[in-house]
Amino acid sequence: MTKLLKSRELLLSGIIALMIAGFATRAEGFAEPGNLVNIFNDTSILIILALAQMTVILTKSIDLSVAANLAFTGMAVAMTNAAFPDLPLVLLILMALGIGAALGAINGFLVWILQIPPIVVTLGTLTIYRGMAFVLSGGGWVNAHQMTPTFLNVPRTVFLGLPILSWVAIAVVLGMGFLLTRTPFGRSAYASGGNPTAAVYAGIDIGRTRFFAFVLSGAMAGLCSYLWVSRYAVAYVDIAAGFELDSVAACVIGGISIAGGIGSVAGAVLGSLFLGVIKNALPVIGISPFAQMAISGVVIILAVVFNARAEAKKGRIILRDRAATEVTA
Amino acid sequence: MSDVNTNATRRVIPDRLGTPVSRIFSSWEVLLFGVAVLIFIANSLASPYFLDAWNLSDATFNFTEKAMIAFAMALLIIAGEIDLSVAAIIALASTAMGAAAQAGVDTPGLVAIGIGVGLACGAFNGTLVSVLKLPSIVVTIGTMSLFRGISYLVLGDKAYGSYPESFAYFGQGYLFWVFSFEFGLFLLCAAIFAVLLHATNFGRQVYVIGNNDFAARFSGVPVERVKFILFLLTGLMSGIAAVCLTSRLGSTRPSIAQGWELEVVTMVVLGGVSILGGAGTIAGVVIAAFVMGLVTFGLGLLNVPGIVMSIFVGLLLIVTIALPILARRIKQASKS
Amino acid sequence: MKSTMNAVAPMTLNTPLANQTPNLAPILEMRGISQIFPGVKALDQVSISLYPGQVTALIGENGAGKSTLVKILTGIYRPTEGEILLDGKPVQFASAQAAIDAGVTAIHQETVLFDELTVGENIFLGHAPRTRFRTIDWRTINARSRELLQQLESDIDPTIRLKDLSIAQRHLVAIARALSVEARIVIMDEPTAALSRKEIDDLFRIVEGLKRQGKAILFISHKFDELYEIAENFAVFRDGKAVGHGRLKETPQGEIVRLMVGRDVHDVFPKVEAEIGPVVLSVQGYSHPTEFRDISFELKRGEILGVYGLIGAGRSELCQSLFGITRPSAGRLTLEGQPVEIRSAQDAIAAGIVYVPEERGRHGLALPMPIYQNMTLPSLAKTSRSGFLKAANELALARQYAERLDLRAAALSVPVGTLSGGNQQKVVIGKWLATQPKVIILDEPTKGIDIGSKAAVHGFISELASQGLSIIMVSSELPEVLGMSDRIMVMREGLMAGFYDRSEATAETLVRAATGNA
Repeated sequence: MTKLLKSRELLLSGIIALMIAGFATRAEGFAEPGNLVNIFNDTSILIILALAQMTVILTKSIDLSVAANLAFTGMAVAMTNAAFPDLPLVLLILMALGIGAALGAINGFLVWILQIPPIVVTLGTLTIYRGMAFVLSGGGWVNAHQMTPTFLNVPRTVFLGLPILSWVAIAVVLGMGFLLTRTPFGRSAYASGGNPTAAVYAGIDIGRTRFFAFVLSGAMAGLCSYLWVSRYAVAYVDIAAGFELDSVAACVIGGISIAGGIGSVAGAVLGSLFLGVIKNALPVIGISPFAQMAISGVVIILAVVFNARAEAKKGRIILRDRAATEVTA
Repeated sequence: MSDVNTNATRRVIPDRLGTPVSRIFSSWEVLLFGVAVLIFIANSLASPYFLDAWNLSDATFNFTEKAMIAFAMALLIIAGEIDLSVAAIIALASTAMGAAAQAGVDTPGLVAIGIGVGLACGAFNGTLVSVLKLPSIVVTIGTMSLFRGISYLVLGDKAYGSYPESFAYFGQGYLFWVFSFEFGLFLLCAAIFAVLLHATNFGRQVYVIGNNDFAARFSGVPVERVKFILFLLTGLMSGIAAVCLTSRLGSTRPSIAQGWELEVVTMVVLGGVSILGGAGTIAGVVIAAFVMGLVTFGLGLLNVPGIVMSIFVGLLLIVTIALPILARRIKQASKS
Repeated sequence: MKSTMNAVAPMTLNTPLANQTPNLAPILEMRGISQIFPGVKALDQVSISLYPGQVTALIGENGAGKSTLVKILTGIYRPTEGEILLDGKPVQFASAQAAIDAGVTAIHQETVLFDELTVGENIFLGHAPRTRFRTIDWRTINARSRELLQQLESDIDPTIRLKDLSIAQRHLVAIARALSVEARIVIMDEPTAALSRKEIDDLFRIVEGLKRQGKAILFISHKFDELYEIAENFAVFRDGKAVGHGRLKETPQGEIVRLMVGRDVHDVFPKVEAEIGPVVLSVQGYSHPTEFRDISFELKRGEILGVYGLIGAGRSELCQSLFGITRPSAGRLTLEGQPVEIRSAQDAIAAGIVYVPEERGRHGLALPMPIYQNMTLPSLAKTSRSGFLKAANELALARQYAERLDLRAAALSVPVGTLSGGNQQKVVIGKWLATQPKVIILDEPTKGIDIGSKAAVHGFISELASQGLSIIMVSSELPEVLGMSDRIMVMREGLMAGFYDRSEATAETLVRAATGNA
């Protein structure tokens, strides 16, 4: 059982490798390093958002507002850049993180203090945040020529063979790995989702843990907003529409249990890459890009079935215990 | 140890406690009805065009299709499940109807196809949840992607538009004077679902499952079968909504009814149905439908763009849930 | 047990324990603690003191208030009234963390641990050692976990996940967790329930070690022989009140039992002799892949079959399987001479087998729903017409059984959740009687019910048997099993461990069979 679950990440890596190899036979150059770097770079934003979503899901919650948060914060950052081209980029990124975290804190506050179910809260804030993006922009666009070159170019700058965007994703992966395995917050997140009653007995404040998970999720959405706007060189109300579901999908595919408490950083990353490879492969091998949505749907359903199998309760198995003691005695 | 509310000497237990007037007036439905009346008054003060029979009739189109799904969704949420794929079912059903219309299928056939696709999608969701025992929230996120994905696969960036003339009746026809076919269907569905939920054994089982899944199972309630039927019903209502919406718009794009799943859930929760399951009424959902329809229509008259209205809808959702919680807190705080 | 029952005069209540242990000041004192929940007074003016280097046994039946006290001590509940003194100074445990900080640690009844985390994390969760950079110090965690587990003579690898351990191993982890904090007060809530004799001996060696370190220990157990082995002091709770305390070694077991139960065993259980008829239910070779194996017995008309065993012996699992909630892997069922196959609860109900679950709130009732709707749930086919509800019929049926069971409620339309435990149980039983069953399975029928209602429930069970119903009664309470049953089946670790007639069963024989040691 342990082996199977431990190999969950291995299995997924294997499938992704097989997919890449398979696509390579149909499309020359698909498996070339350059293209793989492209795929990774293209999936970077999803990886970051999936990791944020994972932290929330670990605490037995869900954040459906990440994409709307991204849209609003992206609009705010882009408009600030257009209005005040002299502001240094660092300030803009800090602003993105701050606005994102604030919006996340609103979610977290409603979940923590008012104890409203997370799905209801984020369903509500999802529409509110996107609506606010419209109010902020008046429905207008911020186009590439309104943004400063620094603003646009930093994530594209290649450093040691990878664009900065990819490096940011790698840094977030490492940071999240550190946060979830090396800090009390990370362990509280696992505990409060895995066994809330026991977490209370262990002196963990579940509400506070959830609050910080939402703040983190919001901050990551804020970071992604800058990355998204600069990468696609445009900001409008509908950017990243439906992306919240992609982030949930990546988690589910990566073996993160929607019931909380189970999941790993590697899983979330691999789940994102799985979706990223498919997305990049479809046009190359001549399947309509419109098929991507249906394929994700099938993959999510299969992943849920697979997860349910892996998580199936073993029961208390008192007879096995007895057998085991008989053997050892 | 003493029993609460018990007079130890009394042996005869009354059927019901006298219902104090105050309790009726503090019920969610009445509160919501008050809100609806206020919005109605505000609208009529704000815009001279509001109090016009035809305008009001037009306003009903803002909610009738969503409300039809909301009735089935209410039962599903009361039973402790959820279906986020309803809007995607509309897209798939509409796409199927569009393809059939292009192939020359006539109106009765189109209706059958729309409803049939809805039922098939519902059965698919139901099988995944009740037979394979998967959590409905993720399953329907998956099927949402799958159903709409099929529409995109079929249509890409194109659209179907060649519907027969008689097909237009469902979304554009009127029963008499200003009363549209859709509004009539909405009232009929409200009545049917109210009876189903409040006056049948099936409805009772829905409540029990939502309140305590274990107790239901331990009392011989066929939990899985009930859940399957609920998904089937939600699929059916989505299919019917697809017929109405497609007929009203006269065309099908894969992005049809985008985001409706959230509006439908909002309508249900606003109607006083507990998102945690176990409580809620159809009357509440009906009033919530009117409230949401009036808000959107009123804001529309004031030239507020649709996406800004969604801010109000989102706020409405959170505030209506937060208010009773806050009120209870304040009451508790003042007591101690 | 019976022989000592009446031998000792009632002891003086509320003697200050300090008088008997003059040289010691208690580490922790609870004074006049009450805990009131809506409709229930779980603790009523309870006082208890814990002394350094001594074990205090907390004794009481299920529902006496022991768990509530533990929850107050561990900061989960805030008491409604009363004060807690630590080293003579008043303290408040505002949260679980506050209790831990004050030096209170607990090993809980149901091991509250985390399946997905490693053994080491489970031990140190909430108080993990940190590195210089304030991050979790995994090396120290694993090293100290290994040390702690070695103290418990266990070589469990701290880096494996908890879900791969057996129940007994999980218990050791829970104990290691309690020992990992610098605690002065250790609460052990039924720590031996799932342990073998050898493991219990190991545990007691650890307890002795803790005593030598001057820690105060609150030890909760149902096993008297263990308590006499390990504890210095005792406190008995009954129905939320502290009814006696003192030096354990100087108090005979019979006296403790009398305090616990409140009156003579046979007074509490008014078993009416019922006419035993022909065999109604015959179970042959019933087995489950993981929970029980090869269970066979016969149940006659009018008979009460008691099923005794320790927690986790597989009794509830057997009952739930007979009721169709889980499927057996092997075995046959014969009802009134006809072979029956039970695949679901619907099948069982149709066949006339019904089940009153142990956890009423979780498995038996929809608490927010009205009494009458709960009562008629399995009988809806009878009260309705072609699928439509008939409220008048439902109310009439509910009234019939409410009156028969002497239910106390303000109205039939109030939510079941507003009733006391005893009355809730009446609703569950009434719900099943309304289906007119042949066999009724009662799983811990008086768990968490106050003493007055208990007698009523017992009287009623007895009456049902005399009316010709066949009853299977699972119970962990020895007096209840001994007092109510015509025959007793003892289960241990999923197997049948003995069958006793009413006349030959004693507390000692049952406990011996259930624990498997002489």
